[in-house]
Amino acid sequence: MFEVVHKRQLSDAVFEMGVAAPRIARKVAAGQFLMLRVDEDGERIPLTFSDWSAEEGWVRFIFMRVGKSTHKLSHLEVGDAVADVVGPLGVPTHTEDLGRVAVVGGGVGAAVAYPVARAMAEAGAEVTVILGARNAELLILADEFAALPLAELIVMTDDGSAGEKGLVTAPLKRLAESGSIDHAMAIGPAIMMKFCAETTRAFRVPTTVSLNPIMVDGTGMCGACRVSVAGETRFGCVDGPDFDGHAVDFEELMSRQRVYAEEEREADAEYSRGCACHL
Amino acid sequence: MPERAARERAADFDEVALGYTEEQARAEAMRCLQCKNATCIPGCPVNIDIKSFIGHIIDGDYAAGVAVLKERNALPAVCGRVCPQEEQCEIACVLAKKGEPVAIGRLERWLGDFDLACELEKRCVPEVAPASGFRCAVVGSGPAGLACAGELARLGHSVTVFESLHAPGGVLTYGIPEFRLPKAIVESEILMLTEMGVEIVTDAVIGATYTIDELMAEEGFDAVFVGSGAGLPIFMGVPGENLNGVYSANEFLTRVNLMRAYEFPHADTPVARGRKVAVVGGGNVAMDAARTALRLGAEEVFLVYRRTEDEMPARREEVHHAREEGVEFKMLCSPSEIVGKDGFVTGLVATRMELGEPDASGRRAPVCVLGSEFEIECDTVIMAVGTRANPLLAKAAPDLELSSRGYILADDDGATSLPGVFAGGDIVTGAATVIQAMGAGKISARAMDRYLRERR
Ligand SMILES: Cc1cc2nc3c(=O)[nH]c(=O)nc-3n(C[C@H](O)[C@H](O)[C@H](O)COP(=O)(O)OP(=O)(O)OC[C@H]3O[C@@H](n4cnc5c(N)ncnc54)[C@H](O)[C@@H]3O)c2cc1C
Ligand SMILES: Cc1cc2nc3c(=O)[nH]c(=O)nc-3n(C[C@H](O)[C@H](O)[C@H](O)COP(=O)(O)OP(=O)(O)OC[C@H]3O[C@@H](n4cnc5c(N)ncnc54)[C@H](O)[C@@H]3O)c2cc1C
Ligand code: SF4
Ligand code: SF4
Ligand code: FES
Repeated sequence: MFEVVHKRQLSDAVFEMGVAAPRIARKVAAGQFLMLRVDEDGERIPLTFSDWSAEEGWVRFIFMRVGKSTHKLSHLEVGDAVADVVGPLGVPTHTEDLGRVAVVGGGVGAAVAYPVARAMAEAGAEVTVILGARNAELLILADEFAALPLAELIVMTDDGSAGEKGLVTAPLKRLAESGSIDHAMAIGPAIMMKFCAETTRAFRVPTTVSLNPIMVDGTGMCGACRVSVAGETRFGCVDGPDFDGHAVDFEELMSRQRVYAEEEREADAEYSRGCACHL
Repeated sequence: MPERAARERAADFDEVALGYTEEQARAEAMRCLQCKNATCIPGCPVNIDIKSFIGHIIDGDYAAGVAVLKERNALPAVCGRVCPQEEQCEIACVLAKKGEPVAIGRLERWLGDFDLACELEKRCVPEVAPASGFRCAVVGSGPAGLACAGELARLGHSVTVFESLHAPGGVLTYGIPEFRLPKAIVESEILMLTEMGVEIVTDAVIGATYTIDELMAEEGFDAVFVGSGAGLPIFMGVPGENLNGVYSANEFLTRVNLMRAYEFPHADTPVARGRKVAVVGGGNVAMDAARTALRLGAEEVFLVYRRTEDEMPARREEVHHAREEGVEFKMLCSPSEIVGKDGFVTGLVATRMELGEPDASGRRAPVCVLGSEFEIECDTVIMAVGTRANPLLAKAAPDLELSSRGYILADDDGATSLPGVFAGGDIVTGAATVIQAMGAGKISARAMDRYLRERR
């Protein structure tokens, strides 16, 4: 069992949580993820490390409540425990020698973008962060990003309730077109990563994306997480999660993410009926 | 041995074979001639003293029989169920020539179950030597790792097993289905090891949570055994293979066995409950996947195999069970494409094959019949065409010498290119059998013991 040592609600459906996991905390690098099982009946879900402390022996992650597992997780409080936490998994994000880089974090993807941008800045890159959200309420970690040594922080919302009104691809295009970036990294919903990659392709700016296929074991044993990159099948959990955004088959990724849509609805509906929070 | 009727059993996950009653076991044991030259014994990969354990059944001293089994085999209730006995001990029995060897596996299962049914204090716990002061780490809790851990503990070493999944047992837990090997049996066999002092740490991925170097340099282990299995599923590379509804057998079986998807939505992990399911392959894994799909409610399950039934590597018994339960065999055909609509599988296009000249394996190689493609309508395809070595661990231990196919190179004693690091089971041999993996684990344990004592 892994004890919950920290919990903070970032928006209506987004939570930050920390668990005591001293062995894992010693090894994490930006861009890696953990597999978590809430309880004995739980499924194994991947979540990215958003922060960690080797000295204090904890790791943190930020998650959006989207279905049964994240719903159950959102009910845990400090002092409760989750059944399993495994990691750190996946290849760490490449952060060295990037020069000028734009990091795009869309929605809850900002949670993953945060440690990545921090690690890149620490490694000497000149980092511009573009945060995107549907509205101000859904914007997360803006203060944390503002405290990083960034070249610039650009906030975009669909309705203009915070920062500029528009999509993250608008400032990304500006940066790519003007030759102000050598590299881009996009983290968020598949559709956003796809459009970011399309945007930078025209300007030949190498673009990394952090893919989020459905996973089971997270260690290369099942192949549930397979994605097509440059026409080849790769396993998201051990070959990724980072891949060349210009070579990823996003249509396939998005289709594969929907494979259990019906079952997911059924499971969460059943759980919500018996759940006191009525969310 | 009594079995449940095919129709009844194909509707649930309870065990198919019911096992002997005491009378049946004794009657079968009496058939044994207690040969002076017991040819059955060298037929067993771990050389269980078969003649002697059967002798104890005849005498009614079951506890003594269990002790004989445990001399050589830490998991008799498991091996009695899943060993390919017909190719190992039983084929070597003198009575096999007359067509009816002693049912050694079934007797082993019966004794193993007898032991499991005893209260914990009465169960046969192998004697443990005085503490040696050495600490050993075992990577992976499949049959190889468990057998190695049991033997190391017996030899007096302190043992910690590291397992990357949340439950121990390896393929016994995530691969072989409940109806063939009940998980409660795997759990109680593992409990026995913990009674002997073996510590099992789950959720620990070696190569990620710790490297092998760290286990030795920082965590204070004097020797390490790697039994990480042949985990990486192979896909065929045919078009449409990433459509929704295409699974590796590993994923399909893991969702059902380890994650209990058959209890969805009570258990959180879903699995597609296909109406028409095509399983590609001809081994035990393919049979398990096909029979599991039936139990999840499939109306039709096709087994697509490119050679004929005679060449199928699966155990005869499993092929027979699968057929009885209603799996339809499509022999001599090989998938050339998986077709779909809106991202989901709708069919499997297969090409007919003919058997040509014998290949390197001595089996006649299948060759395509040009223009013979046909489509099998299905909504789920399960690929059971083999596994490869998982590179995760090797990436984290770059000095460990590997074969060209990525398996760990180890000598007959399991010693690898790194001092103090031993390996065995599927990660050395490629996919094999439970008892071979256990045999390798045990041999390595003895070699580790010699290595440690020489170093003192
Ligand atoms: C490498 C990686 C890192 C991730 N990091 C984060 C993160 O930091 N924060 C965050 O909020 N989310 C993250 N996700 C997504 C997160 O795993 C899913 O939101 C979660 O599994 C949903 O589970 P659920 O039962 O609540 O929802 P469900 O109702 O089961 O599913 C909702 C959606 O989540 C996705 N999903 C469902 N099950 C899985 C699964 N086993 N593996 C992956 N995706 C699944 C599907 O696309 C599905 O449509 C990450 C995914 C991956 C692959
Ligand atoms: C579906 C199926 C049916 C089968 N049926 C039979 C049968 O009827 N009879 C028979 O004799 N054989 C059968 N086999 C084959 C047999 O199960 C294997 O040969 C045997 O389990 C191999 O044992 P192992 O200990 O080497 O590996 P595994 O059983 O694969 O165990 C390896 C363990 O190591 C863990 N691991 C891997 N990497 C790491 C890491 N880096 N850190 C920590 N832990 C790690 C894995 O999670 C796993 O638990 C079957 C196999 C399958 C898949
Ligand atoms: S372990 Fe397997 S091969 Fe050996 S005697 Fe038992 S059933 Fe036969
Ligand atoms: S060879 Fe057969 S008959 Fe002879 S001792 Fe072994 S099991 Fe008994
Ligand atoms: S999640 Fe199973 S192989 Fe990647």
